[in-house]
Amino acid sequence: MRIGVFICHCGSNIAGTVDVAAVARAAAKFPDVAYATDTMYACSEPGQEGIVQAVQELQLDGVVVASCTPRMHEPTFRRTVERAGINRYFFEMANIREHVSWIGKNTERNTAKAIELVRMAVEKLRRNRPLIPKRFDVVKRVLIIGGGVAGIQAALDCADGGQEVVLVEREQSIGGKMAKLDKTFPTIDCSSCVLGPKMVDVGQHPKITLHTLAEIESVSGYVGNFQVTIRKKARFVDWSKCTGCGLCMEKCPSRKAPDPFNEGLCTAPSINIPFPQAIPKKAAINPDTCIMKQKGKCGLCAKICPVKCIDFDQQDELVTVDVGAIVVATGYDLFDWHKYPQYGQGRYPDVITSLQYERLLSASGPTGGHIKRPSDGKEPKTVVFIQCVGSRDRSVDRPYCSGFCCMYTAKQAILTKDHIPDSQSYVFYMDIRSPGKGYDEFTRRAMEEYGAQYVRGRVSMIYPKGDQLVVRGADTLAGTQVEVAADLVVLAVGAEAARGAVALGEKLRVVPDQYGFFVESHPKLKPVETNTAGVFLAGACQGPKDIPASVGQGSAAAAKVLALLSKDQLESDPQVSRVTPARCVGCGKCVQTCPFGAIKLVEDRFGNPKAEVVETVCQGCGICTVTCPQGAIQLEHFTDNQILAEVNALCPPRIRVNYAS
Amino acid sequence: MSKVAYYPGCSGQGTSLEYDRSTRAVCAAVGLELVDVPDWSCCGSSPAHTVNHVLSAALSARNLDLAHSLGLDVVATPCPSCLTNLRNAALEMEDEAFRDTVNALLDRPCAGRVDPQSVLQVLVEQVGVDEVARRVTRPLTGLRVACYYGCIMNRPPERMRFDDHENPMAMDRLMEAAGAEVAPFPLKVECCGASFGVPRGDIVARLSGKLLDAARGLGVDAVVTACPLCQMNLDLRQSQINAALREHFRIPVFYYTQLLGLALDVPRSELGLDRLCVDPRLALGKIKAPAPVR
Ligand code: SF4
Ligand code: SF4
Repeated sequence: MRIGVFICHCGSNIAGTVDVAAVARAAAKFPDVAYATDTMYACSEPGQEGIVQAVQELQLDGVVVASCTPRMHEPTFRRTVERAGINRYFFEMANIREHVSWIGKNTERNTAKAIELVRMAVEKLRRNRPLIPKRFDVVKRVLIIGGGVAGIQAALDCADGGQEVVLVEREQSIGGKMAKLDKTFPTIDCSSCVLGPKMVDVGQHPKITLHTLAEIESVSGYVGNFQVTIRKKARFVDWSKCTGCGLCMEKCPSRKAPDPFNEGLCTAPSINIPFPQAIPKKAAINPDTCIMKQKGKCGLCAKICPVKCIDFDQQDELVTVDVGAIVVATGYDLFDWHKYPQYGQGRYPDVITSLQYERLLSASGPTGGHIKRPSDGKEPKTVVFIQCVGSRDRSVDRPYCSGFCCMYTAKQAILTKDHIPDSQSYVFYMDIRSPGKGYDEFTRRAMEEYGAQYVRGRVSMIYPKGDQLVVRGADTLAGTQVEVAADLVVLAVGAEAARGAVALGEKLRVVPDQYGFFVESHPKLKPVETNTAGVFLAGACQGPKDIPASVGQGSAAAAKVLALLSKDQLESDPQVSRVTPARCVGCGKCVQTCPFGAIKLVEDRFGNPKAEVVETVCQGCGICTVTCPQGAIQLEHFTDNQILAEVNALCPPRIRVNYAS
Repeated sequence: MSKVAYYPGCSGQGTSLEYDRSTRAVCAAVGLELVDVPDWSCCGSSPAHTVNHVLSAALSARNLDLAHSLGLDVVATPCPSCLTNLRNAALEMEDEAFRDTVNALLDRPCAGRVDPQSVLQVLVEQVGVDEVARRVTRPLTGLRVACYYGCIMNRPPERMRFDDHENPMAMDRLMEAAGAEVAPFPLKVECCGASFGVPRGDIVARLSGKLLDAARGLGVDAVVTACPLCQMNLDLRQSQINAALREHFRIPVFYYTQLLGLALDVPRSELGLDRLCVDPRLALGKIKAPAPVR
C-alpha cells in the first residue's frame, strides 16, 4: 500500500503551536507511507489540488490528512480522494486542531501528540477496505410539525415546489402565536391580514394535507424513508360535515373555561371555533368542560347543528404517513411569570402578559380592540411595561435574551398612545436590543414621537394602592429609585422552549439544548439542519426568533427539503454493521440492544437463527458490535482490527501481533 | 406537648416586654413548652455583624451552645433580628475553618447543632394553624388587620428557609385562625427603616409612613407585627411620623402574640396591651364580643 500524508497548517491555527514540518518528517517513516508533506490550507483549492496531484503522480492508494475536525471536512476530503481516483474510504483524518493545537500551548508536546495521532490514522488506513454505498428510493413527501408562521411558510414553499406536504398542528387551528398578535413591528401592519391569506393558502393548497388537533405519536425510518404515526385527537365533531357556521357556539351552555386563544382574558364555550379566521374553520368540543362529556347530559349543540355533525363518541385516530423529510417548526412558549413573586404571582388582575395585552389591542380580541383593564374595565391612562421578565435572568434559569421583547414592547407602547392619546407609557428595560432592519428607528420612534418614558432598571416590586398599582424599580442611569403609579402593568415575558419539545426531540432524534431549544447542525453553516439526516428546523423551536427570522428559516428549511426531495434516489452510508453468519450463534443480543431496531433475526437455510442488519436503518453507532459475545458483528470502516491497530499504534504491545492478517 | 429552647433576646427584657410575655403566654396556651436558654447573652443585634463577623458569630455561638446543652434541637426566638444572627452563625459555623476561629473566642467550643427558628415558625410548623384555631375561645370576629412581617423575617430566603420571602403567610394564617379578618397587605415585607430610628429619623418617617399609609388604604383597624423594631417604628414613632409627614395616622400596632392571646383567652395582664403607644381600645372595640366558644 502507498499512503500519502498531508499535515495542514490551518494558518496559525495549527502551525502556531505544532511543528508541522516535523510531523511530516516523522510521518514519512511510518509503514506504507510513500509521501508526507505539510500544506498551508489542505481544504483550500490549491490544497486539494496538491492531494489529487500527489495521488496521481505517486500512485498513492490511501490518504491521511491531519487538520481540523472530521465533522467539518471529512466529506470534503473524501470527495477529493474520489476525484483523484481512489475509493473514498481510503481516506483518514487526524484531528490535530481541536485535539491538539487548540488545547495545548507547548509546541514540543503538541508536536509529539500530533505525530501519535497521525501514526494512528496511518495504522487504521492500512487496514481499510473499499466501501460502496447502496442507493435507495426517496419518498417525495414532507412532514411539517407545527403550523405557526415558520411551519406555514415551509409548507407553502415545499408545496409550491411541487412536493406533497403533511402539516401537523397540535392546536385546533394553524396560525401559532402570530395569529394572536394585533400588529407587527416595525411596520405596524396588521398581523392577521398578513398571516390570514397564507393560512387560507395552506387550507386550500391541493398539495397540503392538514391535520390539526394532532400530535406526532412515533417516528421511525431514516432520511428519504420516514414512517410517521400521527395521533388525531378526538374533536367530537365530524369535520367532514362541519360547515363552521358557529351556531353551536352560541347555544353551548358551558362557557366558564378560560379561552386559550384569548390568553384567558375571557371565556370560551365548550364547543368552539377558536377565532374567526381559523383554518380549518371547524368546531371542536373540549371534553374537559363539555357538560355532555362530563355529566352525560346536555347535547344542545347536537340538537342545534344544522348538518348533524356532533359525535360525542368520537375516538382518537391514528394515521401513518411515509415521508422523505421532516421539518420541525414547533415554536416556543411564553415564560411562566408566576415564578416572580415580586410581580404578584397572579394576585393582581391588572398585571398581565404582553400576549394578553396583544389580545386587548386586537379588534378581534375580547374587548373589540379597546384597552380595558381586566379588574374593572376602565381605560388605563398610565401603562407600565416591564421588559426581560424571564429573559436574561439567571435567578429563574433564563440567562438568554429572548430577542424580540424589546421590539414588541416598543410596538405596544406606540399602539397604546394610538388607542389612548392622553395615556403615558413607561418602559422599564435592561438594554434595548433592536438590531434588525428598521428596528432601532422603531424603538426611537416609541421614545421620541410617542413619548414613552424609558427607564433603565429592573422592577423590584409591584403592589396595589387604591385602584392603581405602584411599580417600584431602579433607574440605574439616574441612580435613584423610581415609583410609578400605574393603571395597568404589562410584563414583557420571554420565550422558552415549547412544552413537549424534549419528548418530540426524542422521537425525532433531535437534541435539545439545556433550555429545550433544538440544536442545529452547525450554528453558522447549517442553521436549519439537524444532526439527524432529513430532519430540518424552522423558527423559534431552535431559539427565540421574531417573525421575519422565522419566515426566513421556514423558507430555508423548505429549500433544503426541496433539494433533498429533488433526487429520486439517495446513497446510503456504507459504514454500517455486517454480520458474519458463520460466527453468529443467533443469541439475539444485538437485536435487543440496537437502539434503532436495525437488526432482525432470520433463519439460514438450515433453519438456524442468524442476525441480519437492515442497512438502511443502521446508523453505524456500533453498539451491537460490542454487545455480540461472538464478535460476529463488525462495523464497516471501524472493525475490531482497525480500532486495535490504532490502539497499538499509540501503545505498542510488547509482542508484535500482525493484525493486518 | 412539643418543647423547644427559648431565646428571648434583649428587647424582650426592655422595649418589647409585652412581646416576650405574650409569647410565653400564647405558647403555654397552645401547649408549646418553652425552655429558657440558661445564662443567655445578647446576640449583638444589628451592630455586631457590621463590625466583625467572627465576633458576631461568637456571640450567637455561645447561645447556641447553651441551647444545645438543654438537649433540644430547636431554639426559638421571637425577635427576627436575633433569629438572623443565630441562623447566620449556625449556618456559617458549618464551615470548619470559620468554626475554629469562632471557637477560639469561646470558653467552651460550640458543640452540636441546634436549629434556630422564629417562634412564628414553631407555632405554624410544630403546633399547627389548625391546632391553634381549635384552641381559640374568643375569636376576634369583626377585627380587620394587616400583617406586617418586616424585611428580615423571611430574608434572605436561602438562609431563613421559612415561608415565602415575597409574600409570607404564616402570620396571616394565624390571625385568620384567631378569627380576625386579614387584609392582603402588599407591603408586608417592606423595610420600616429599621435601626435608622436614631441617626436618620427622616428615613424612618418616610418608610414607616408609607406602610401606615398602605395599611390605612386597606381600611384595617390594626397592624400586626412580629418584630420589636418594626413595632417600635410603627407604634412608638407614629406621632413623630405624623409630625414629619403632616399626617394623622392612628393605627394601633399589635404583636401577633397579643392578638392571639386575646383569642385564646389569655388573661389580659399577660398581654401588656397597656404598653402600646397608639391607643388600641377603638380597634379592640370592633371585636364583636362573642359568647365563649366553649
Ligand atoms: S358543529 Fe355544526 S353547528 Fe357547529 S360549526 Fe360545525 S356545522 Fe356549525
Ligand atoms: S451499528 Fe448496530 S446497534 Fe447501531 S444502528 Fe447499526 S445495527 Fe443497530
